[in-house]
Amino acid sequence: MTEPLLRVDDLHVTFGGQGSAVHAVRGVSYEVNRGEFLGIVGESGSGKSVSSTAVMGLLPSSAQVSGSIRFDGRELLDLDDRELSRIRGSEIAMIFQDPLSALTPVYTIGQQIIEGLKLHDRSISNQAARARAVELLGVVGIPNPQRRVDSFPHEFSGGMRQRAMIAIAIANDPKLIIADEPTTALDVTIQAQILEVLQTAKDITGAAVVLITHDLGVVAGNADRVAVMYAGRIVEQAPVDTLFTEPAMPYTVGLLRSMPNMAAPREERLVPLEGRPPLLTTIPTGCPFADRCPAAFAACRQGEPALAPVAGAAEHTAACIRAEEIAAGTLRRPDIFPRPEEVAVAPVARAESAPVVELKDVKRTFPVMKGTVFRRRIGTVKAVDGVTFSVDRGTTLGLVGESGSGKTTTILELLELAKAQHGTISVNGVDTATLTAADRRKLRSEIQIVFQDPMASLDPRMSVEDIIAEPLTVVDVPKDEQRRRVAHMLELVGLEPSFATRYPHQFSGGQRQRIGIARALIVEPKILVLDEPVSALDVSVQAGVLNLLEDLKAQLGLSYLFVAHDLAVVRHIADDVAVMYLGRIVEYGPADLIFSDPRHPYTQALFSAVPVPDPQVERTRSRVLLQGDLPSPLDEITGCPFRSRCPLYKLLPEDRQRRCAEEDPAPRSVHDRDVRCHWAEEERFDVAV
Amino acid sequence: MAGFLLKRLLNYLALTSVATILGYLLVSSTLNPEARFLGRNPPVPQASIDTTLSRLGVNPDTPLLVRLGNWIVNLVTTGSLGTSSRGTEVTADIFARSGTSLRLLVIGTILGALIGIAIGVWGAVRQYKAPDQITTYASFVILATPVFVLAVLLMITATAINRTTDSQIFNFTGEYTPGLTGGFFTILGDRIVHLLLPTISLTVFAVASYSRYQRSAMLDVMSADYIRTARSKGRTRGSAMIRHGVRVALIPMSTFFAYSFGLILTGASVTELAFSWHGMGEYLITSIRNNDINAAAGTILFTSILVLISGTLADFLYAALDPRVRV
Ligand SMILES: Nc1ncnc2c1ncn2[C@@H]1O[C@H](COP(=O)(O)OP(=O)(O)O)[C@@H](O)[C@H]1O
Ligand code: SF4
Ligand code: SF4
Ligand SMILES: [Mg+2]
Repeated sequence: MTEPLLRVDDLHVTFGGQGSAVHAVRGVSYEVNRGEFLGIVGESGSGKSVSSTAVMGLLPSSAQVSGSIRFDGRELLDLDDRELSRIRGSEIAMIFQDPLSALTPVYTIGQQIIEGLKLHDRSISNQAARARAVELLGVVGIPNPQRRVDSFPHEFSGGMRQRAMIAIAIANDPKLIIADEPTTALDVTIQAQILEVLQTAKDITGAAVVLITHDLGVVAGNADRVAVMYAGRIVEQAPVDTLFTEPAMPYTVGLLRSMPNMAAPREERLVPLEGRPPLLTTIPTGCPFADRCPAAFAACRQGEPALAPVAGAAEHTAACIRAEEIAAGTLRRPDIFPRPEEVAVAPVARAESAPVVELKDVKRTFPVMKGTVFRRRIGTVKAVDGVTFSVDRGTTLGLVGESGSGKTTTILELLELAKAQHGTISVNGVDTATLTAADRRKLRSEIQIVFQDPMASLDPRMSVEDIIAEPLTVVDVPKDEQRRRVAHMLELVGLEPSFATRYPHQFSGGQRQRIGIARALIVEPKILVLDEPVSALDVSVQAGVLNLLEDLKAQLGLSYLFVAHDLAVVRHIADDVAVMYLGRIVEYGPADLIFSDPRHPYTQALFSAVPVPDPQVERTRSRVLLQGDLPSPLDEITGCPFRSRCPLYKLLPEDRQRRCAEEDPAPRSVHDRDVRCHWAEEERFDVAV
Repeated sequence: MAGFLLKRLLNYLALTSVATILGYLLVSSTLNPEARFLGRNPPVPQASIDTTLSRLGVNPDTPLLVRLGNWIVNLVTTGSLGTSSRGTEVTADIFARSGTSLRLLVIGTILGALIGIAIGVWGAVRQYKAPDQITTYASFVILATPVFVLAVLLMITATAINRTTDSQIFNFTGEYTPGLTGGFFTILGDRIVHLLLPTISLTVFAVASYSRYQRSAMLDVMSADYIRTARSKGRTRGSAMIRHGVRVALIPMSTFFAYSFGLILTGASVTELAFSWHGMGEYLITSIRNNDINAAAGTILFTSILVLISGTLADFLYAALDPRVRV
């Protein structure tokens, strides 16, 4: 057998010195063959980035690295920065997570591509380098590359910058491309585009690709082989189909079972994978997953299990002493992580009462200013442009759409409980424009919000008790009563009442989000607005929080307005769905109907962009890719605002296209939901999963 | 575009006017021009004091606002800032002296900025290592040293060198040797010799403060993602720092640089006094010492105009360095 392109052997990376050392990577070994696509999956902090940054030789000087990294016959750990710099960018290229900050703001995109070319080929002429830069931008799908080559990074959207990063990476035909969470900061629609471009780049250069991600769905459709990392080690490694169908390590089993799935029915409960990975400041003495593993027994804590072949198959390895039992089926996977009992979804008696929240034709605009030297108004952003929806008592409305589509602005308008710029907002049947200051204060305890980032929304200097009781201080509740209610809330959200005296930093992301929920619930609201409540959480803990939200809703008779960009999550929790695009709702109706048969081309594209954690489905599924980015909200658009990206528009005969270009579609009822598309009855795409 | 320029200019004009009026009111109400005539022997008669003060427009018996009004009217109609207490035209004084200050300061400021930036970058790249520690302590010591102490130390050293080498390598009083005759190169050489010590003293202070600013600006960008990107393209750490890091870290420095140019003409009073240069800094100090209201108010107007010019310069420099703010 020929030597693999990259062989990482027993790699250790430790940061800091004695006492405060962090063992970020502890004995990682893997191989990448020429032209192979390897996926590395794991939750945040598991050591994915550190281990691959080590391959590039880009770790900070505080990192102590040991082991071996052999690339194409050379030992990289023996090379100094100068020698490595000759390999970086020419033989190994890397794409990073945050495209917004990864490009130098003061140089044009072209300059930054040309820089990469010239560093490795001093003889290339300026014209040739420029021509190549334009060509590369074309390859990665930047429209008008001739002109765009002279743009500065800030003139590119996130998706376009990530394309430019890929152009830089493939500039010198590398043998290996390492992509570190290249799509995590992007919307699903853009993610689908970038993954496609990455595949193209791979095909053109014939390079091997290492794709690092926390999203199993992303690797399912792309990778040949997958390695799962946990607490600084690889805990399972297998060909992609084997990993998804026959995982042998309980952590992988749990991850797969906890993922919300677009294809799963609404009633099915998610499987929670509670707890959090161990701190890496001490070297674990047993299996690092033992605290979270339902299959753990005493032997698991005696020494860390090594990565060993499963059932004699060399290409499938797992680090679990019970891997053989799992592979043989004597320890059944559903028994390790049993699915919680379905809750009886009480049939919603919708007609019984007026909706708890109702927005009618709400609009919100912002002036847009430009320039620091000369500030001037250059236009108006229609952040919310005529939004109408209602939330029925006891139901959940899911509000979905790409970032920038106006979701946050919509809920902020609602939470103001004031007169809208345009249109009416009613809560519990009362028009908020008519409220007196006293009424408004009273109404505030009826409707509460839970924010996206559990760390940013909790004051680190306040104890959990003070955080949760904070909304009560406004309404004069005696101290004893406050304490009693905080204890009750903690129990309600599944935390120990004794946690009340601790501080936010002592909790994991999932626990912090529970604290956020407890704080929102303490004034006993009837309506919760949830702004991306699980999107900052690792997949493994999302399930627990989502299940909690469902339980609370049934238990307390709450109504939810659930804002999210993750459709699988919305699929799981929402009764109704409203899909937003450019400040408007383009499709609105019962979730079951919309998910089983989306009618608006935008909804169809959104659905088909969501990766499904099943390699077979991913490979056979047809995709409706959206062209380009969200247009600038400043543009004056005539006709249908979605036209510039509409996949259906391109397929329509000319006379029908004309209607799209001239007439702005009004909401109309198609197959029992409201759709803003002239041609919503067309059957062109099959996006069912 | 033109409209915005005009708006900006009007804004600046308004600001200059306010600053100048406040400055005039401040010096007029704190300085006492009569003091110059008191305690003279033989005593100057009150009537003649009053006449002199009235002629200068600084008679305290005239209401302050009337004096301000006259001063402004005079400025707007004739462009004159009045007469100094020594009988010279303030406007002419300022022009003559600002030339001197400019010659003295321009080299020190530019040299200080360049060396300071280089040291700041060096310190940041070697954070907490010996070069960083040494430059940090050195600049704190310099910034904590009064200017004249450093000037005197330099002069003592220069004198000692002159004495041991038995020559006149260093000549540090005034801008040139009075009465020196000779060709162009003799004169030029003489001026350069005179510039040496004050320039060193100014440069050292500028280096100390620039290096501090640059160091922190540099530390901000060093951990930036785009440095990592540059290295992933094949740059070594050092070359990525310089080509990408320094270029970005210079952006905030441009503002600092522009404003220090605004203060270039009046900012070196102590240095000018110490080395007997008759520049703007000295002018301000002597005018205050002489209770010379017109000269002091004129200097304030002059400085505020310079500060506003540098404000504009800062805006443009920033836009030139940072494509994100360009219109
Ligand atoms: N204060 C503001 N000033 C100007 N534009 C804004 C402001 N707030 C939001 N926007 C714009 O409104 C649009 C919708 O934003 P937002 O409500 O945040 O969307 P989402 O929640 O879907 O990410 C975006 O184009 C955004 O830039
Ligand atoms: S070794 Fe034990 S604790 Fe670790 S994953 Fe296997 S069964 Fe669970
Ligand atoms: S109206 Fe036309 S352009 Fe708009 S979504 Fe429908 S098909 Fe596409
Ligand atoms: Mg948002």
